[in-house]
Amino acid sequence: MATTTAAPGRPAPGRPTTKLGSAALEVDERLIVAGPVRRTLNKVFPDHWSFLLGEIALYSFVVLLLSGTYLTFFFDASMKEVTYGGDYAPLRGVEMSAAFESTLGLAFDVRGGLLIRQMHHWAALLFVASICVHLLRIFFTGAFRKPRETNWFIGVGLLVLALLEGFAGYTLPDDLLSGTGLRIFSAVFLSIPVIGTWIYFTIFGGDFPGELIIGRLYILHVLVIPAILLALIAVHLLILVKQKHTQFPGAGRTEHNVVGNRLFPTFAGKATALFFIVFGLCAGLGGLVQINPIWLFGPYNPAQVSSGSQPDWYIGFLDGSARLFPPWEIVMWGYHITPVFWATVAIPGLMFTALALYPVIERKLTGDTASHHLLQRPRDVPVRTSLGAMALSFYIVLWISGGNDVIADKFDISLNAMTWFGRIGMIVIPPIVYALTYRLCLGLERHDREVLEHGIETGVIRRLPSGEFIEVHQPLGPVDEHGHGQLAYGGASVPKKMNQVGGARRAVKGFFKPIEEPAAVQAEARRETRGLEAARESRELTGSGRPTEGGRPAEGGRPSEGGRPQQEPRD
Amino acid sequence: MSTTNPSSEAPLEGGRRRLSLRRRPDAGSPASAARARRRSKQRRRIANVAGLMAALVLTGVGYSALAPGASAADDPTGNPSSAVEAGREIYTRSCITCHGSNLQGVQDRGPSLIGVGEASVYFQVHTGRMPLVRQEAQAAERPTLFSDEEIDQLMAYVQENGGGPTLPSGDLRDGDLAEGGELFRLNCAQCHNFTGMGGALSSGKRAPTLLDANDMTLYTAMLSGPENMPVFGDNQLTPDEKRAIINYVQTIKTTADPGGAGIGRVGPVAEGLVIWVVGMGALLFGIFWMGTKA
Repeated sequence: MATTTAAPGRPAPGRPTTKLGSAALEVDERLIVAGPVRRTLNKVFPDHWSFLLGEIALYSFVVLLLSGTYLTFFFDASMKEVTYGGDYAPLRGVEMSAAFESTLGLAFDVRGGLLIRQMHHWAALLFVASICVHLLRIFFTGAFRKPRETNWFIGVGLLVLALLEGFAGYTLPDDLLSGTGLRIFSAVFLSIPVIGTWIYFTIFGGDFPGELIIGRLYILHVLVIPAILLALIAVHLLILVKQKHTQFPGAGRTEHNVVGNRLFPTFAGKATALFFIVFGLCAGLGGLVQINPIWLFGPYNPAQVSSGSQPDWYIGFLDGSARLFPPWEIVMWGYHITPVFWATVAIPGLMFTALALYPVIERKLTGDTASHHLLQRPRDVPVRTSLGAMALSFYIVLWISGGNDVIADKFDISLNAMTWFGRIGMIVIPPIVYALTYRLCLGLERHDREVLEHGIETGVIRRLPSGEFIEVHQPLGPVDEHGHGQLAYGGASVPKKMNQVGGARRAVKGFFKPIEEPAAVQAEARRETRGLEAARESRELTGSGRPTEGGRPAEGGRPSEGGRPQQEPRD
Repeated sequence: MSTTNPSSEAPLEGGRRRLSLRRRPDAGSPASAARARRRSKQRRRIANVAGLMAALVLTGVGYSALAPGASAADDPTGNPSSAVEAGREIYTRSCITCHGSNLQGVQDRGPSLIGVGEASVYFQVHTGRMPLVRQEAQAAERPTLFSDEEIDQLMAYVQENGGGPTLPSGDLRDGDLAEGGELFRLNCAQCHNFTGMGGALSSGKRAPTLLDANDMTLYTAMLSGPENMPVFGDNQLTPDEKRAIINYVQTIKTTADPGGAGIGRVGPVAEGLVIWVVGMGALLFGIFWMGTKA
C-alpha cells in the first residue's frame, strides 16, 4: 500500500496510476496515515528465534480471547443449586451448582463446546508457559537493562495477572478439583495475620464456599483482569516499538541500529505463520488431548476431596511450597502465624518482589547506569546467569513438589522421600546450581577465547618431522607471527566447528529449500566486507574484548549497509 | 483379648475402679470376674466378641489336633469338606509361615486370619498380593499364583476355621450409577482419585489403581479393608451402596474420553507435562526453524 501511493505516476506528478493506489490516496487525504503506516511497516524485527517467544504469548492470548468469548455464550456463573438431568448418566440426579451444570452442558450438549473449552484451557497453559520462557530469555540476555526496566515491570505484572486470570478460570466450573483449589485459596487469605479474616469475608461474603465467589471470579475472569491484561499488553508493545528491539551482537549490529527484517512483508509473513502455528497447536491439543474432564471430577462438595488434586501447572509452585513448608506455628507479636502464610504468601511474595526489582538490584550492584541495546550472551555475565539458574532451580524444586504425590505414585517412590527431597533440595540445590552455572559460564567464555586465539579444531592430525603429533587448527582471522589469532571477542557466537564458519553471515533465503545459491551469498558477503571485523570500530571494544556500554543512540544513525534493512535511528 | 486379667484392667477404669476393687475379694473364680466385667455395656460387648473368638480358636485347634480328616462329618454345610481339606493343604504349603498353624498370625510376619473371612482371602489371593513376595511397605499386586479352584478351597478353609465376611452373590453392579458416583467421591476418591487412578499414601504405601479390579475384587476390598484401606462393613456402606459404587467405578473405567487422549486421567500434572513437552516443544522447534530462515 505504501509503495503504491509512492508509485511514479504520469497523469499528474505524484498521482497514483492504479485503482488501489487511488483508493489509498483517498484514504490518506482524509486520515493522513501514509507516514505512520510507512514507518510501522518498515519497522525492523531482529530475526533471532528467541524474539518470537513473546509473540507466542501474544497469540495464545488472542486464542484465549476468541475461545473464551464463545464459552461465555453458554456458561452460567451462578452457584444456584440445580439437579442435573442432562446427557451424562453418571451424574444424572446429582445436585450441583448451575455453573457446573452449564459446564457439563458445554461439554456434552453445545456443538463444539468441548473442543472450544479444551482449546481455551490448553491456550491458557500455553499462555503462561510462553510468558515464562519469554521472561527467561529477557532475563538471561540482559534485555531488561536500561532503558527497558519499565517494560520488565510491566512484564512481571502481566505474569502475575496471568496467574490470577488462570486461577480464576480454573475455578469457574465449580468442580471437585477446582473447588479443592478454592478451599486452599481461601485458607491462604485466612492465614494472613490481622487482616486475613476481613479479606476472606470481603471476597467470599460468608462461610466457605458461600454463594458469591463463582460470580465474582467470573467477572474478574472475563472483564476486569482481561481488560488490565489487554491494556498492559498494549503498553508493553508500544514501549517496545518506541524503544525498538534489542539485538544480539553480530555482523553489522551496533548499539545504534537494529538488523533484521522489516515488518512488511517478511516479518508480517512470519508473524502470521506463527499465529496459525499457535492456533493450530491449541486446536490440535484441544481436539486430541483431554484436559480438565470435570465430568469425571464431579461437582464441588466441601465434604469431598480427591487424591492427586493439583492446580494447573503455573500455580503448582505454590502448592509445592505449601507441601514442603514444615508445620511450624510461629508466634510473632502475639499473632499466630500459620505455615500456610509463609509458604503461600511470604515465599511467593519474596519471589515476585525479587523478580520485579531485579533490574534495579543489578544496576545497584554493578553500577551500570548506561543504556544498552545490544544483548549479552548468558555466559558473558556469569553472575546474573548463575543467579537466574539458581532462582529457576528453586522454582523447579517447588514446582516438582507440587505434584510430588503423583510422581511418588507413578514412579513408586515414597511420598515422604519426595517431601524430604523437596525440603532439602529447595535449600541445597540452588547454591549447587549457582556454582555449576558459574563454572560453566567461565568454561564457555574461556573456550570462546581459546578458539579466537588458536582457531577451530579441525580434527586433522599431522605428524611433524620430529615425530610429534599436532592437531591442525583453522584460525578465524589474521594471525600474528606465533600463529595466534588477533580477533577480539565481540559478544557474538564464536564458530566452534568447521561447518559453522560463516555463521555470522545472513541465512540463505528460502523456507523449505534454498532459493539462491549459497556460493552467491558467500560472494556477496565477501564484497560487503562485513562481519565482526568490519563492525569493530562501531562497537568500541574494550580491552577485555567486551563491547563498551552503548550510550543513547546518536542522532542521524548510520547509513544502511548492503541489502539488509536497518532500523532508522532511534530517538 | 480373651485372657485379659480383670485386675490388670481395673486401674484403667477410672471412675469404676472402686467398684472393681470392691468386687476383688471374690475375684478368685473366673466366673465372678466375668460377672464384674459385664457391668459395663461396652465391656460386655468386648467380652462377647472375645468369647466368640476364643471359641472359634478352640474349635479350630480342637479340630486340627483331635480329628484331622474327620471334620467332614461335623460340617454343617455338608459337602465342602473336601474343599476345606484341600484348602488346608494349600494353606500349610503357602500361608502357614506367616499366618501360623492356627490362622492366629505370627509376630512381625503376618496378621491373624481369624475373622477375616473368605472375602479377604478372595481379595488378597486373587489380586496376587498373597502369597506375599517380601515384607515391604505394602503388598504388591502380582499375577495370581493359584487357580480359581485352589482359591475357592483356600477360602473354604479360612472361612471354616476363622469365620468372617463371606462373598456376596448376585449382580454386583446392581446399583444407582449417580449415587455410586457420589458415594465414590465421598468415601473412595481421597485415596483412589476421582477416576480410580490411585494415589500415593505415606511412606511408600499407596492406594492402587482400580483399573484392573473386577467387581468381586472391589466388593471384597470394601468388605475386608486390605492394607491401609478402612473396612467398609455393611453398616458403613450397605450392600446396595457397595453395588452402586462398583457400578460407578466399572462404568467410568470403560467410558471413552470424549475430549481425546485421557493422558492418564490424573489431572493437571499430566496436562502440565503435555503443554511443556508437546506444546512448548513443538513451538520452540517451530520458532527455531523460523529463526534459521531469514
